[in-house]
Amino acid sequence: MNAANHSLRKFENVLMQVITCACALLVITPLALIFYHLLKSGLSSVNWDFFTKLPKPVGETGGGMANAIVGTLVLLCIASLIGVPIGVFGGVYLSEYGSSKLNRWIRFAADVLNGVPSIIWGMVVFALVVVPMKGFSAWAGGIVLGMMMIPLVMRTAEEVLLLVPNGYREAAFALGISQWRTIVQIVMRTALKGIITGVLLALARVAGETAPLLFTAFGNQYWNRNLSDPISALPLQIFNYAISPYEDWHRQAWAGALVLLLLVTAINVSVRVLTRDRFGQNNR
Amino acid sequence: MQTVATAQDTTALPGRHLTQRRFGDPAFKWFTTLMALSVFVLIVLIGYKLAQGSQLAMRKFGWHFLLSSEWDPVSEKFGALPFIFGTLISSLIALFIAVPLSIATAVFITELAPRWIRQPLTLFIELLAAVPSVILGLWGIFVMVPWLHEHLFRWLRGTFGYLPLFQGPDYGSCMLAGGIILAIMIVPIITSVSREILRSVPGLQREAAYALGATRWEVTRLAVLSYARKGMFGAVILGLGRALGETMAITMVIGNNPQIKTSLFAPAYTLASVVANEFNETTGSMYPSTLFEIGLVLLGVTVAVNALAQLLLKTFAGPGMKRQH
Repeated sequence: MNAANHSLRKFENVLMQVITCACALLVITPLALIFYHLLKSGLSSVNWDFFTKLPKPVGETGGGMANAIVGTLVLLCIASLIGVPIGVFGGVYLSEYGSSKLNRWIRFAADVLNGVPSIIWGMVVFALVVVPMKGFSAWAGGIVLGMMMIPLVMRTAEEVLLLVPNGYREAAFALGISQWRTIVQIVMRTALKGIITGVLLALARVAGETAPLLFTAFGNQYWNRNLSDPISALPLQIFNYAISPYEDWHRQAWAGALVLLLLVTAINVSVRVLTRDRFGQNNR
Repeated sequence: MQTVATAQDTTALPGRHLTQRRFGDPAFKWFTTLMALSVFVLIVLIGYKLAQGSQLAMRKFGWHFLLSSEWDPVSEKFGALPFIFGTLISSLIALFIAVPLSIATAVFITELAPRWIRQPLTLFIELLAAVPSVILGLWGIFVMVPWLHEHLFRWLRGTFGYLPLFQGPDYGSCMLAGGIILAIMIVPIITSVSREILRSVPGLQREAAYALGATRWEVTRLAVLSYARKGMFGAVILGLGRALGETMAITMVIGNNPQIKTSLFAPAYTLASVVANEFNETTGSMYPSTLFEIGLVLLGVTVAVNALAQLLLKTFAGPGMKRQH
């Protein structure tokens, strides 16, 4: 191997490092731009009114998104009632019981469900809940988000339960504790932090969903007094305002987007920082 | 994972535990089994409800529905071809942009980057994945599309204007803008799955190449990338699945016009967008039924694509992957 060839190879090495680095920078540029523009256009409108007032009718400036913020919280509560128990105990089955053959199919089904477009979930719950109840409702919106949480929570719950050392289970059996109590009081308690992490990430994911709420929760310009009535949600309000032709609504859409993005990002960052010490080692 | 001890031997234990074991254990096991089997119920439910909703349209139009390009709800003429076209082309544009970028980024993070930069970069990519679709759409409408219209599209027209792809009027919102926003959305998933795949390549592969005197990049190209090729393909297909089903962001920037045009500057429409925009405004019984059938088509395509991606990733995941599923 002569010297010229050698320096060519070295040059190629450096060149590829530069190119891939440039690609990586290009990839995270949109994230930086989104944060920049949301702060620039949204920050000035995030004020006391935004969190406490109802939307104003077209033509009047001012108002806020109080009902949409509360609506999102209500929807997330209903969704948790459905998604958390089914997801967590499904994950328990996968990690503690289950034959490896059936488990493989359940995981496969959960992964496929994770890939089902969110708009399709909306149509299905429309047919399943909205049509029989004869109207859009907070229930329908919560149910669709809850259904979407099930596969997400199930997969992460299984993963963290599998991290619990087998010695814990064996020690409990050796003390004569029945299997279900071993699982609930020892295995699940040990993995609690991880399970909560998984639930929070799933909540952060569905909190930003718009498409499934279009024909379930529908949106509402006023307070929701009854869970059988339509309810507003932050992403829905952002969407409706963004595609409207009114300047003042655009301003509100930016503010809503900023609040939603900060919420989602805060959950994601804190979850990752909190769990790093625990599971970080095998994640390196 | 199977529990090691099954604790069959109960003779020596106090009675309270015996009853717990007799009733508690089977009950709990059945309860968790039911919860786990709910995923199958959900899949069947989704398929059944969409099929039920689209009965009317299927019976009236048959296969013609997928091949007709006329979409005129007022005179009850329904053809899904423009939406299938829009979905496929916008996803292909997204892949064309996202695949090289994501793979280069994954290679940079796992192989070539200095160690201190890896963790923050990974976090940023995960945060990009967590940005809600509607926020990306909002940013797309007010920032990205005007910028594309002013700069990129003008440049493309000037440089490649002789190609029919870059001719015709340009309003900003168009097929190409839709493809670009999809690319931004699928880059994080392709990157993070590729990263997992690259990390699972055995260290011995790399060491062997280093021992032959290869440079860092040569190790990556010869030992790592060729080994991980199949898994990377799985990552790309997974990204395709996401792109096909994306709804809000693309609805906000693609222009929403059911037409089949050669020009990438022409507005288009996707399967998911037409459902999002028109489902609440339907009248009669045929119009909603056609939208259900569009949903069914979208479901079929995305489930097939996702299943393929899972299979590719599973077969790759064999012995090298750290998680033992």
